[in-house]
Amino acid sequence: MLRINRDKCGYCGTCVAVCPEDALELIDAYLSLERDCIACGICARACPLGALEVVHEE
Amino acid sequence: MKSSYDILVVGGGPAGALAAKTAARAGNSVCLIEKRSAIGTPVRCAEGVGKELLKEYIKPDPRWISAEIERARLISPDGTTVSLEQDKAGNEVGYVLDRKVFDRELVWQAAEAGADVVVKTRATEPIMENGGVRGAKVLSSGTPAEIRAEVVLAADGTEAQFARRAGLDTTVPLREMMSCAQYLMTGIDIDAGSTDFYLGNEVAPEGYLWVFPKGDRTANVGIGISGRKSRDGSRAKDYLDRFVAKNFPDGKMIEAIVGGVPVCRPLACTVADGLMVIGDAARVVDPLTGGGIGNAMFTGRLAAQVASECISAGDCSKEALMTYDAGWRASHMGRIIERNYKVKEYFITLDDKKLNTLAASIANISLKEFSVSTLIKELIKRNPKMLLELKALKDMLA
Repeated sequence: MLRINRDKCGYCGTCVAVCPEDALELIDAYLSLERDCIACGICARACPLGALEVVHEE
Repeated sequence: MKSSYDILVVGGGPAGALAAKTAARAGNSVCLIEKRSAIGTPVRCAEGVGKELLKEYIKPDPRWISAEIERARLISPDGTTVSLEQDKAGNEVGYVLDRKVFDRELVWQAAEAGADVVVKTRATEPIMENGGVRGAKVLSSGTPAEIRAEVVLAADGTEAQFARRAGLDTTVPLREMMSCAQYLMTGIDIDAGSTDFYLGNEVAPEGYLWVFPKGDRTANVGIGISGRKSRDGSRAKDYLDRFVAKNFPDGKMIEAIVGGVPVCRPLACTVADGLMVIGDAARVVDPLTGGGIGNAMFTGRLAAQVASECISAGDCSKEALMTYDAGWRASHMGRIIERNYKVKEYFITLDDKKLNTLAASIANISLKEFSVSTLIKELIKRNPKMLLELKALKDMLA
């Protein structure tokens, strides 16, 4: 699953544009996971701040 | 906000504002919606724009010009500086804008031309009927509503979700997304008349770091790196922090922003039935410089002109709206984007050694004209050892 660190996030939408699933949504001043995430990690790579992390459940 | 308009514009940046103004002036009923609660903020931009380009759309006004630029300097990895001086070149350089004020001015002009402007209103999805776009479902300050329109102009920037939800592929490949961070810094020693570009794989892999003056001792200090070079410990912010610690240790940071700049090719098609895509959402950013303001205004205005004609003729099908797509591709802007895409693809292959060699070869010359093609012609002339690869680059320009 994708974990969003809202304190780190800069609300820029870079992750939204690279998401192959259209799963992320930048709503005014917060980022939200709105649809099914495939945990590909592309958004986490693109983030300028490191606010996104794919967490694999044990 | 009414429930039906001739033209609905999604997004209140320069593309959307120019589109709304142009469409309203042509006599259409127009609504511009912006998902943020204020126009122009937060800024996601280094704020540089060419003078001549800007003047085609608006009269320069000191209220939204932070600095006038006289030269650009390219600084190679070993510190070799190539200075491009306006007074030695035949053309003008540019301005650094105050986007918060600039964007408001553009939207104010759209409103004055008769467009409705509604903030804190987000298009959640297109209204689709018979395979075409007939408006948008919106959330306006949390309240759901539907806005129908003959044509929707998607000006929703980097995110570009509206066109995506209408069936166009707007996803940016990771390697072609520039991951960017920027500080507005004050109390720093800079050349207030120069935009500085730092190149190199240690400084900004597959991108560049910029210092764009915003006035005396104040500048946008920012960086863009390729998404594929971005990872924990070496993200845009990390590179920027290292540069700032080294070069401006006593500077004060009064704003920190981030953003993504798509440097891929433009969308394969920028129209659909009842839909036109403009500005960053259409991926018409200059792939070499990352500059998007001028191209946003150009595509916004052109799309609104074509939309007006199509509405008058009663045909807003994809085929009719294609006049816009074909128009911008055949334009000066369209040709420059295609050329600069190829130039960018070449430059990102260069290691620091080659960058240093190229910079040294042109460090002491004065260019007659401020342009990518002049620069490349000089590089070819002065680097016989790199003739083969540079020649290939020259052929791309031809």
